[in-house]
Amino acid sequence: MLATQARPDGTPRSETDTIVVTDLVKRYKGSELNAVDGISFTVRAGELFALLGPNGAGKTTTISILTTTLAPTSGTAVIGGCDLASDANGVRRAVGIIFQKPSLDLNLTAEENVRLHAILYGLFPYRPFFPLMPIAYRDRVRELAAILGIEGEMFKPVKTFSGGMKRKLEIVRSLMHRPRVLFLDEPTAGLDAPSRRALWDYLRDVRAETSATVFLTTHYLDEAEDADRICILDKGKIVAEGSPAGVKRDLTHEYLVVDAADRDALRRELDVRGVTYRENPLFEIPLDRLGAHALLKSIDTPLTTVRTVAPSLEDAYIKVLARS
Amino acid sequence: MIASGELHSVLALAQRDLTKLLRDRARLITTVIFPFIFIGALGGTLSANFGRAPGFDFLTLTFTGVYAQTLFQSTAMGMISLVIDRENDFSQELFIAPVSRYTIIAGRILGETLVALPQALAIIAFGLVIGISISLTQLVALIGTGLVVAFFGGAFGVLVLAFLNNQRAANQVFPFIFLPQFFLAGVFTPIQVMPWYLEIASRIAPLRYAVDFVRGVFYVGSPDYSHVVLQDPAANLAIIVPAFAVCLVVGTFFFVRSERNR
Repeated sequence: MLATQARPDGTPRSETDTIVVTDLVKRYKGSELNAVDGISFTVRAGELFALLGPNGAGKTTTISILTTTLAPTSGTAVIGGCDLASDANGVRRAVGIIFQKPSLDLNLTAEENVRLHAILYGLFPYRPFFPLMPIAYRDRVRELAAILGIEGEMFKPVKTFSGGMKRKLEIVRSLMHRPRVLFLDEPTAGLDAPSRRALWDYLRDVRAETSATVFLTTHYLDEAEDADRICILDKGKIVAEGSPAGVKRDLTHEYLVVDAADRDALRRELDVRGVTYRENPLFEIPLDRLGAHALLKSIDTPLTTVRTVAPSLEDAYIKVLARS
Repeated sequence: MIASGELHSVLALAQRDLTKLLRDRARLITTVIFPFIFIGALGGTLSANFGRAPGFDFLTLTFTGVYAQTLFQSTAMGMISLVIDRENDFSQELFIAPVSRYTIIAGRILGETLVALPQALAIIAFGLVIGISISLTQLVALIGTGLVVAFFGGAFGVLVLAFLNNQRAANQVFPFIFLPQFFLAGVFTPIQVMPWYLEIASRIAPLRYAVDFVRGVFYVGSPDYSHVVLQDPAANLAIIVPAFAVCLVVGTFFFVRSERNR
């Protein structure tokens, strides 16, 4: 099937659209439900795009299809200008992936894993040993390993590596062929907090350096706060899409929390002024129409508590899922 | 981009299998023990009891049979590593690489052939130790035919594996497929004369052509040739080559389909 010439939403396709997915459907054998149910979206070049959703929402299925390891039931996808159906090898050259479960040969050393990848991608000719590999390869391996701080481990068997080191090695490997699109399928799952932070620091550097498009799935919603755009999947369907700020704005509201020693007086005053509020147990006042400053100025009752609450992406996410 | 990238990929994949074998001492030892048992115990017993009574040396017949069977079965069963890779999540790394799916499978077959090679050399060395007469020409013939048989076994393994979902199923099905072939292919005993129904079954067994091909080349010029060899090596090769191609193409097609069409 050929790629469509328009974005899924009907607007003209741009040169900067790196991923264009149209009506993608996947139904596994023997299943009566679609794991991915007619989703359409675009990802622009250089974006950090986060695909979110609960377990079983279809995130990994979507990534597996877009990286050619799983055949879709129907629909089209164009990645890096290559049609998934007619130019799978073109797609494979354009993408790098860090799988949800580490995809390393534990019996090989870290360098041997990287070398196998480099040769399979046609970057360097086959040589049986590291010292016989071209100097460009050796330099690149050392450079990437040094950036991630695993240069001392490159010649050790992967089975001796911690979870964090395996993730770092997968990043080194996935960047060897300088992919235009980097798929990260829950890259920090199972990592401790320092490893997560180190990984994201490095990925930020990679994005700044390579302008690679990053397609992320994650359960850690704080990781998606930095995304340019997010897409929330539930039961295989898109239930929300947009910038994190936009999704939050659409679904949640900033509110002011106040309290007073004389709560009856405060309640009376808010009622008189027609201010909408909720007691939970403090007074929560949505800031839809009024600014916090104007609202506070209008209250005469002496207040004992004043704070504003800005909802997180997690609040919006939970709301979306509850609604869907 | 390297023009001969597919060949480089085949070599890199093959090296991976060999490296894993060389790092696994227990596997290295066990892979050479079984042929020794077959040749030493079974061949020795038959030879001691029958000697040259049937018109040929039983020990040499068993030696050549076990040699071919070991290489064929080793590479065929070695292809189970494709399923193990799937279960260990490593196959996704291989199958997102921008190389032909046939390159990936060919690399694995070459790798398992290299894995079988130390076994082949050990069997030959053991054969010499127990007194089997092997000339230099026969040594070269054994190695050359052994490679052909190993490639054939690998392709046969891919075909069988294409229809199996997991390692457990593979470990159950492979012995079931191979054990009858030991007897139908004449690995340990001559099969010049068989009941008609066994003759049909024997002609379906791929191992028959592998064993007979090795023997046909090994026994060339020997007075035992007519007692041991079923048909001309060229006739066996004329069956093995197309069968190899069919097994490789059909097996790869269905294996890749089972990977992607879940």
